[in-house]
Amino acid sequence: MPYDERLVAPMRAELTGLGVKELRTVTEVDQVLGDPAGTQLVFVNSVCGCAAGSARPGLARALQSPVKPASVFTVFAGQDLEATARARSYFADYQPSSPSVALLKDGEVVYFLHRYQIEGRGPEAIAAELNAAFSAHCAA
Amino acid sequence: MSGHVFHPGHEALHGITVVLDDRDGRTYVGRYHEATPRGVMLHDVAVREAGAAALDREAWLKRQLKFGVQVTHRTLLVPQEAAVGPLTRLTDLML
Repeated sequence: MPYDERLVAPMRAELTGLGVKELRTVTEVDQVLGDPAGTQLVFVNSVCGCAAGSARPGLARALQSPVKPASVFTVFAGQDLEATARARSYFADYQPSSPSVALLKDGEVVYFLHRYQIEGRGPEAIAAELNAAFSAHCAA
Repeated sequence: MSGHVFHPGHEALHGITVVLDDRDGRTYVGRYHEATPRGVMLHDVAVREAGAAALDREAWLKRQLKFGVQVTHRTLLVPQEAAVGPLTRLTDLML
């Protein structure tokens, strides 16, 4: 059952305030992930206070790098159920977990950060991990 | 582990995905909740049954690492008398 929107609104805003585009419907997901071109990052947001509480600022730090995905999107697991399920269908080989991060290049998953890799790590470590993936896959 | 407690007020491994083996050859990957005299409680658990698994233990663990934890049990208690060896953080596996 989704949480009260008043609770999750700040968690959404933490990402949209960075310029991350939130995808809240199946149509919105298909419009961007169904037309893959270049590098696209999908952050699967979560209400989990500890894991997502590190992952969101970790993403924020990582996106300060000049080397980053061309497009950055987010869906909210447990909140926007259909949009999240549709987004996950674009990286269906990977088990669902949240928070998590998928990096796609021309529609293919080139990197995935699972929840288990986020647990117990601070934003700096998560940013470093993401920046390494950006360097490997997003450099011109 | 760095000493950082993921969930303050709990054990260091609380909320962390770990690997645990039992005496019957099962391997469990799940998010650690607590250890009590009854056993180890895990959430969102994948289980490899030694006799029935298509992959050997190492290959199965590598698959969990790459593609994520293939959850079959939302909550599972590994009885204390069955558990073997230490709890190992999944990210600490050297495969």
